[in-house]
Amino acid sequence: MLTILLDGIAYGMLLFILAVGLCVTLGLMNFINLAHGTFAMAGGYLTITLMQQMGVPFLLCLPAAFIFAAVLGLVLERTLYRHLYDKTHLDQVLFSIGLVFISIAMVDYAYGANQQIVNLPDYLTGRLNFLGASIGVYRVFVILICGLLVISLQLVLTKTRFGSRLRAAVDDGRVARGLGIDVTRIFAVTFAVGSGLAGLGGALGTGIISFDPTFPLKYMIYFLIVISVGGTTTITGPFLAAILLGVADVAGKYYVPAVGGFIIYTIMVVVLIVRPQGLFARAAGK
Amino acid sequence: MSMITSPSPEAVQARAVLLGRSNWGAAEIAFWILAVACYWIFPTKLSLLSEIAILGLVALSVDLVLGYAGIVTLGQGAFFGIGAYAAGLAAKHGMGTSLWSDPLIGLFIGGGVAAFIGFATSFLVLRGSDMTRLMVTLGVALIVDEVVNQMKWLTGGSDGLQGVLPSAVLGIWDFDLFGRVAYVYSLVVLFVLFVIARALVKSPFGLSLQAIKGNQLRTRAIGMPVNARLIAVYTVAAFYAGVAGALAAQTTQFASPDYVAFHRSADAMLMLVFGGAGHLYGGLLGSVIFRTMQDVLGNITPQYWQFWLGVTLVALVLFVRGGILGLLDNLLSAWRRKGGAS
Amino acid sequence: MSQRILLESRDLVKRFGGITATDHVNFKLPEGARHALIGPNGAGKTTFVNLLSGVLTPTSGEILLDGVNVTKWSARRRAHAGMARTFQINQLFADLTPIETLMLTIAERENAGASWWRPVGSRSDFVDEAVALLAQLGISDIAHARVGELAYGKQRLLEIAVALAQKPKVLLLDEPAAGVPEHEREQILDVVAALPKEVALILIEHDMHLVFRFAKSISVLVNGGLFCEGSPEEIANDPRVRQVYLGEEEVHV
Repeated sequence: MLTILLDGIAYGMLLFILAVGLCVTLGLMNFINLAHGTFAMAGGYLTITLMQQMGVPFLLCLPAAFIFAAVLGLVLERTLYRHLYDKTHLDQVLFSIGLVFISIAMVDYAYGANQQIVNLPDYLTGRLNFLGASIGVYRVFVILICGLLVISLQLVLTKTRFGSRLRAAVDDGRVARGLGIDVTRIFAVTFAVGSGLAGLGGALGTGIISFDPTFPLKYMIYFLIVISVGGTTTITGPFLAAILLGVADVAGKYYVPAVGGFIIYTIMVVVLIVRPQGLFARAAGK
Repeated sequence: MSMITSPSPEAVQARAVLLGRSNWGAAEIAFWILAVACYWIFPTKLSLLSEIAILGLVALSVDLVLGYAGIVTLGQGAFFGIGAYAAGLAAKHGMGTSLWSDPLIGLFIGGGVAAFIGFATSFLVLRGSDMTRLMVTLGVALIVDEVVNQMKWLTGGSDGLQGVLPSAVLGIWDFDLFGRVAYVYSLVVLFVLFVIARALVKSPFGLSLQAIKGNQLRTRAIGMPVNARLIAVYTVAAFYAGVAGALAAQTTQFASPDYVAFHRSADAMLMLVFGGAGHLYGGLLGSVIFRTMQDVLGNITPQYWQFWLGVTLVALVLFVRGGILGLLDNLLSAWRRKGGAS
Repeated sequence: MSQRILLESRDLVKRFGGITATDHVNFKLPEGARHALIGPNGAGKTTFVNLLSGVLTPTSGEILLDGVNVTKWSARRRAHAGMARTFQINQLFADLTPIETLMLTIAERENAGASWWRPVGSRSDFVDEAVALLAQLGISDIAHARVGELAYGKQRLLEIAVALAQKPKVLLLDEPAAGVPEHEREQILDVVAALPKEVALILIEHDMHLVFRFAKSISVLVNGGLFCEGSPEEIANDPRVRQVYLGEEEVHV
């Protein structure tokens, strides 16, 4: 059972890294970006290409995926996304669905619809014994990397000037602008970093989850659950929500495979009805 | 209290203008004549045409909630799937002989079950912001998808529902291999429901929906029971989508998990957006274009269709607000302002 | 002389977090009243009206409409019971026409708003009433124009027409001339002067000319509380009122 728990934690932390960019984007610009998964997919497929066709070592692929996805995010934000900030939520949803379709079609065309397998380096395969439970080395690796990222994110948010400006902008964009904070620039940077993190998550995810062109659609709902349960005003909220989701999903699929996704979708709907701002968010002052 | 014995000339004229809005226009009549004529113009494509009619009905249901009442939902496809399975199960139960297999009864079963679930879940879309509504309806659609797939003993799971045997329409016309009965049947059902929807949106009820969409604060300030109206239209729309699902199950004699897949909701929304929401014909127009393009482009490569669908969506949102009919509307009013008398 | 009290608030309080926006207000509005509510900016006039009409729920206190306790009633229910209001910024339906807007309001009043099988315009009595109301407000010429495209002054007149179409017992007018260009104000003022005598009217206003033209009684609200009440002459001559308005407008008679 401890194995399941640890597997779930690894999965949850991965989900968090994948989704954190989306959470902040939503909280910052009130923008629903259902295409967030495409950045993760970009990172994943880049890793696959680099490793399979160019023999690049796995560890190098991780920062490469981050940079690639971040640049992609920055370019898309400056060219397309910024025209949509004052459009209705429905328009934003339709736009991001359109982007998803474009990216799925492109990836499908280039790589085919089959699931891609990644050959992890030897030092990351195998299992470890931890407190009587057996856990994959790779999952420990994922937990470590994601843990480091979470701690760095929290440090940036709380200890740096950029972080405090970001938190101010999320809290109340109008007041922040009035104080002279360049909210547009913060958003561009945050969007890029969030996309980069998604790309990194995608790269990391190649060892755990299967990669095929429908990735953005399949995982979109997981991201939405993380946001609706975790709220958008902090990053600890989504973090806890992601861990819970990861554990629930892994445990659910193992113990009660017949019910699986049904439970987590229901949780999301119930949470949205009862507490639209999320279970873990502090009650918003807005 | 003054008793108005005979209306003033202004009142008579105003009444004429108001009532004139519900007259059938030439373009409308032409549309339906063309739809009927397709039976003879495209005799080999009747299955595709039936699909277009059915998808048009789903898009129409989305127009009622979104285009007229302003309820943002990504879950209308779930009602389509529910209607399909309900009617499919009824037809299967009747084994082609008993009343359960009667297509018209199947329509009411499919629409009725969907309407019931729509009514029961309508409270979900009353509260919260547009964003909450989008996520909640998406969540519900995925739940329905999951439930249908998991209840293998009832629905056949991923294999789909086999043995859907509808009997003859009105006891006379059996569904044939060429899709002839299917097309006439689908078209007639679409037309009947369309006429009802048309009466609905031109009535005071329909006007109140547009008012709710425009300014909810004001509607409450004049004493309108907003929630009751929204629940009513949401239930009616669920019925329509459910009937569309029933039609799909009956005309294909099959109910597959694809009928409850999320893309059904997304497709219906897209069709409506293409055609233009709030005009009633937008969904129908959108379904013609959408399904035809899917047929044409999908045959080149499947990815080709999805790619261009995505590009069109992005372009639509960025440049063309209101879909095709919205564009036409803007052109028409611009033309009227320039050329018409003030 | 016992006058029927159509609207009353008892010890009405509204707090937002640490701020007391409405401070134990006791208020009575008799039949046929022409009552003005004035006070410096931020005094809580609109909050008070929002409490009365049901847009906001009070922290404590009671509201009575024609003797009935409506404190827990929704805005919708109060509107149906005879309370109408206009908003400081027009709240209209941009995509409808003025006549459709009035038809809608009349239908709701007559509980015929949900009728779905006959088109709008079938009820000739509704049409007659709507047309007459448009004429009364002087906006017959734009009856079939899209509201969103109308001049602000015309929209403002429609805003008042909608409230009148409800045939209310109590009418709350929130700065009816606000935002209206100079050449269109006179029309609005004439309309306010010609309002039916049976309707009890509360007028929120900043413009003292308007206040002294129409009001038979005035309440002064300061920091959420009722500062003083009285006839226009009493208020105009009260030195405390002048002091409260120091830096704001001058109080002319």
